[in-house]
Amino acid sequence: MSGSSRSFNRRQFTLQALALAGVSGAGLPALAQKAGRPEKQALKFGFIKLTDCAPLVIAYEKHFFEDEGLFVTLEAQANWKVLLDRVIDGQLDGAHMLAGQPLGATIGIGTKADIVTAFSMDLNGNGVTVSNAVWAEMKKYLPMKDGKVEHPIKADALKKVVDAWKKEGKPFKMGMVFPVSTHNYELRYWLAAGGLNPGYYTSSDTTGTTKADVLLSVTPPPQMPATMEAGTINGYCVGEPWNQQAVTKGIGVPVITDDEIWKNNPEKVFGVTEAWAKANPNTHIAVVKALIRAGQWLDASMANRAEAVKILSKSQYVGADATVIGNSMTGTFEYEKGDKRPAPDFNIFFRNYATYPYYSDAIWYLTQMRRWGQITESKPDSWYLDTARKVYRPDIYLQAANALIAEGKIKATDVPKTDGFKGVQSGFIDGVTYDGRKPNDYLAKFKIGLKAADKV
Amino acid sequence: MELAAKLFGGTAALRNPKDIGRALVMTVGVPLAAFAIFLALWSFAASRIQTSLGAVPGPTQVAQQAVNLVHEHFAERERRDAFYARQEQRNAERVKEDPGYQPRIHPWTGKATYIDQIFTSLKTVFVGFLLATLVAVPLGILAGTSKVVQAAINPMVQLFRPVSPLAWLPIVTLIVSAVYVTAGDPMFQKSFLISAITVTLCSLWTTLINTAIGVSSVDKDLVNVGKVLQLPLGTRIRKIILPSSLPYIFTGMRLSLGVGWMVLIAAEMLAQNPGLGKFVWDEFQNGSSDSLSRIMVAVFTIGAIGFALDRLMLVLQNLITRR
Repeated sequence: MSGSSRSFNRRQFTLQALALAGVSGAGLPALAQKAGRPEKQALKFGFIKLTDCAPLVIAYEKHFFEDEGLFVTLEAQANWKVLLDRVIDGQLDGAHMLAGQPLGATIGIGTKADIVTAFSMDLNGNGVTVSNAVWAEMKKYLPMKDGKVEHPIKADALKKVVDAWKKEGKPFKMGMVFPVSTHNYELRYWLAAGGLNPGYYTSSDTTGTTKADVLLSVTPPPQMPATMEAGTINGYCVGEPWNQQAVTKGIGVPVITDDEIWKNNPEKVFGVTEAWAKANPNTHIAVVKALIRAGQWLDASMANRAEAVKILSKSQYVGADATVIGNSMTGTFEYEKGDKRPAPDFNIFFRNYATYPYYSDAIWYLTQMRRWGQITESKPDSWYLDTARKVYRPDIYLQAANALIAEGKIKATDVPKTDGFKGVQSGFIDGVTYDGRKPNDYLAKFKIGLKAADKV
Repeated sequence: MELAAKLFGGTAALRNPKDIGRALVMTVGVPLAAFAIFLALWSFAASRIQTSLGAVPGPTQVAQQAVNLVHEHFAERERRDAFYARQEQRNAERVKEDPGYQPRIHPWTGKATYIDQIFTSLKTVFVGFLLATLVAVPLGILAGTSKVVQAAINPMVQLFRPVSPLAWLPIVTLIVSAVYVTAGDPMFQKSFLISAITVTLCSLWTTLINTAIGVSSVDKDLVNVGKVLQLPLGTRIRKIILPSSLPYIFTGMRLSLGVGWMVLIAAEMLAQNPGLGKFVWDEFQNGSSDSLSRIMVAVFTIGAIGFALDRLMLVLQNLITRR
């Protein structure tokens, strides 16, 4: 095993040396191109039935993978844990992942494994939905404007409902999709901004319900509506089309989108194991190239979005009815039945440098893991940056993006000139600003949540 | 006529035409009429039950989806042909650029159609069933011939027999993942192995018990004759024990295959083996307005195949044991 991997590395090294010689020699472009051929052509990628798997689906359906010499099979997975486990044990070459998954796996929250990402799949795309019964109670406390509920809806209104339930001794339960999911952190952020404690994780409480006002639990995305309909949960935070499906089925009402909780938040990433990335550097670049083109195609026009909706509604992809998927993919979002509002930024796949893996995005998720106790001990600012650097790989992204620029497929201005930090960001629902360089200062700003030296 | 009697599972010999007519009514007419009543009741009740996916589909919608699934199969085949055509073109271009390149054709990467999934399920259940038979029959013969072996394995059989596939699956998944490590392209998909082994674990017991009972109930005189003639063990099993216990073994196998087929659907759902169980699960997750009809198509397919498998085993049993 070690012998074969060593000889493989040596071959790898010669290939890279050849590639370098090709580039610097300038007279040997053919050689450089040849060295860049993917090491592995037949690949299997996993995804979860959500509209934000679109870049993978479009790269497949529009033959962007084939253009890079890749033969990709896409396979829907049962839930995020199965998906991650199958990437780790090599059944899948890579997968559509929650932004928190590569980070959580690398620092050992849940399954420990080194996962890296060189491609951010989209911005935004989630929503919080509550059941009809909760909505009816909540609506009484919401300010109205021109006969419509004023948006964004804050969790303050929900707090009144939860407090009333508490007095009656009824627990208030909500679903999210995975302990390290973006949904978990967004839902917690929204609840905490409204004065509701979503609960802490401790070394003995891995369900994260210590001191909780609202009990959160894990449910796979496609099962959210059914679980709420059965009364097991009273609301949930999930990606599309599962909020819109609640409206269509008439079982619940979406109250807020994640874009309103944190403007342009990073959502899904494309993750592979570090070992896979090391063994298949050219393949990795080829995959990222195809995905960047898919993102560009998705954001190029509304006609493309409409076509994407049709493709995604096929049973092997998301499989929900096209009207349900189209509700959020084509620039609008339906809240209460009939209350359709414009939401041009609900799903962003390419604009605003959506595909670039920013360190500051990684660090935001790490701060939330610390805030809610998944990271049990205080860490210095440098640890946050080091971890982000280990998991987020803009170097690979840039090789892919530069190759596309050279081929004339994207413009140079489509790629950000950045050191990996988006700068000081506002645009959070509670008005707190975030600077990725000072994670511990950021944690100190929250009323609810662990600060630097706190323990539960 | 003898064959027809076998096919219908009847044992009475049919000789006069009146009996044949009555038998036909009983074996064909009555079931058909009952099925028609069932369809009528179904379509009557279906439209009155509203689910979150719309009204429960009636027979016509389900038939419509069955037709759609077949159409999808052929549409997907066309996509596959286009895929190969593109690949050949790309290969040709690359060879032009780089004459030393050895073109390689990669297999189709698209989805498995409904018809593909039926065949995957059949393959999985047969592999699981075959494994179960290979383990259960020898073990059953051993248990039937030796009181010691029987006493030794009896508690274990009783302990494991009632365990549901849903309980086996996590264990099988973890063990297969740990033990079945291959470099490069594996011969079997892990999900296939996991489903097949789960089928084995659930279907092995009836064959085992029936074989043991069959063997232990072989006429003692025959066994003694074998001993007196000092026949070697292999010959004794082949010539005396097997022929007399074959009806029992076959009944056990027939029941095992039935259990295996039932269990397979659950195993595939959870192991994500690309068969009918995964189809049902995927459609449930999709929650589109066609999903319920499609799941019902699968229910009928599963039922029809289970029925066909049972009849097949019965015919085999009759052919072999009545020779």
